[in-house]
Amino acid sequence: MGMTITEKIIAAHCGVRDVRPGQFVYANVDICLGNDITAPIAIEEFEKAGIKKVFDPEKIVLVPDHFTPNKDIKSAQQSKSLRVFAEKHHLKYYFEIGRMGIEHALLPEQGIVAPGEVVIGADSHTCTYGALGAFSTGVGSTDLAACFATGKVWLKVPESVKFVFHGKAKSWTSGKDFILYTIGKIGVDGALYKAMEFTGSAISDLSMDDRFAICNMAIEAGAKSGIIAPDKITEAYVNGRVKKEYVTYHSDPDCNYSKIYEFNAEEISPQVALPSLPENTKPVDDVCGIKIDQVVIGSCTNGRISDLRIAAKILKGKKVHPSIRLIIIPATQDIYKQALKEGLIEIFIDAEAVVSTPTCGPCLGGHMGILAEGERALTTTNRNFVGRMGHPKSEIYLCSPAVAAASAITGKITPPNEIIN
Amino acid sequence: MKNKCWKFGDNVNTDEIIPARYLNTTDTSELAKHCMEDADPDFMKKARAGDAIVAGENFGCGSSREHAPIAIKAAGISCVIAKTFARIFFRNAINIGLLIFECPEAAEEIGEGDEIEVNLAKSEIYNHTSKKSFTFEPFPQEMQEIIQSGGLMNFVKTKIE
Repeated sequence: MGMTITEKIIAAHCGVRDVRPGQFVYANVDICLGNDITAPIAIEEFEKAGIKKVFDPEKIVLVPDHFTPNKDIKSAQQSKSLRVFAEKHHLKYYFEIGRMGIEHALLPEQGIVAPGEVVIGADSHTCTYGALGAFSTGVGSTDLAACFATGKVWLKVPESVKFVFHGKAKSWTSGKDFILYTIGKIGVDGALYKAMEFTGSAISDLSMDDRFAICNMAIEAGAKSGIIAPDKITEAYVNGRVKKEYVTYHSDPDCNYSKIYEFNAEEISPQVALPSLPENTKPVDDVCGIKIDQVVIGSCTNGRISDLRIAAKILKGKKVHPSIRLIIIPATQDIYKQALKEGLIEIFIDAEAVVSTPTCGPCLGGHMGILAEGERALTTTNRNFVGRMGHPKSEIYLCSPAVAAASAITGKITPPNEIIN
Repeated sequence: MKNKCWKFGDNVNTDEIIPARYLNTTDTSELAKHCMEDADPDFMKKARAGDAIVAGENFGCGSSREHAPIAIKAAGISCVIAKTFARIFFRNAINIGLLIFECPEAAEEIGEGDEIEVNLAKSEIYNHTSKKSFTFEPFPQEMQEIIQSGGLMNFVKTKIE
């Protein structure tokens, strides 16, 4: 029997011909990643164990992005521990503010992750890089510390579940809507421990930014990873960014999936996930009119240039509703600069939005837009758990950049086609 | 030893176990003070060292923050029993040596305030309150090795040395 793309990548990183779901392996890691919340514990654990040298200073990436620019003294101490560790071990990839970005937008942009690689990150949204055809999964701080030392990670080879999106996406339906729709169908533990493989004509049509948004939220269905096989669009993205050799993998026609879901893309409209789980999805038309207080456009899910272009297209020449605070966060410095060049930032400021330097900030209730008791946010981020963005009695609705921008203008949840065609 | 149980529902996420507003420290006793705060604000007033958490499906979903199992362990909670665990929480618990047991029948039957006892050698959970016992699937050999080493870093150290 053949293997899935995920099984092939894992096997290649264990130096064996094949692996099967359920098998326990130690895989070689190409890139491991930590941030200002998770890396401090990894660094403490690494040092407590008395290990003197990291396995490879060119394969460890540290990005202080969650509470940066440092929001308080304690956060500053945490960022400092990354900086000190990076200097001490001569790490190639440490990204200071002004040069950084939200990790899962930054690593692909900078060509640090290549197709066919094994990537682990002490951040649950590390599954984002599956969009490049890599096996990429979130782990904890101790896993990261162990990887600093050995360059390996323990894994149980996941079963794969295939999601086929037939047909063509409707206008205003984005990658974010595909993944929200999927989570709505299978639930927040619908792919627990599994690799989600996305395929079909509607996926092939998507830009890399949309593909990143899809794989980014695989964790929101409980998955170990999300993956899209590399094609011409992947190649065009990677070309010029990735300077290292890499191998592309594809699933064999006779490989085994524990389940196959088939969706018709033409039936998927822009989605909104209601509080307080990402599985509470509804088509935007079913929830329009719900009043909101704050809108956030950004995050590792939807802070990329095409997300900002869509938002600008809708906001151009308009004003944010007087009762709304609109916060827009380009995910990286490069995206910020590109948005500036294209005039998008001016459109946002003219519309009376706040534009912030790259940070995870409000997505996890860190800083840069915390919610008060009873407030309601509509956001392009990835989680709407209780208290995620601030007060435990605030509410979060998840959506695409198009729905977020349209709703910022009206002050209530609004389909984008009500603002422009 | 008998352990008093505190019961939670499905999809308890790591934002509820330890909200991000407390993630600007790695001090375990500081994290413990806020354990389960957004799931039950009074949890740390009620819970005592040795108590157990019993939950439904997908316990620990969401963020990869190891602060979640660390807060539970540092709060003195002896173990977590759930129908299923989210995968990053699961591996974090194994890696740091927090006892977790996947046992849907026990997680369903055990009620708030029940007193239980876990027998690791027999892979058995006994509910003293209802006088019912449940068996759970022991972890695979490779995970047992990590647990028996006292966590992943100790295991890694023995491999490097």
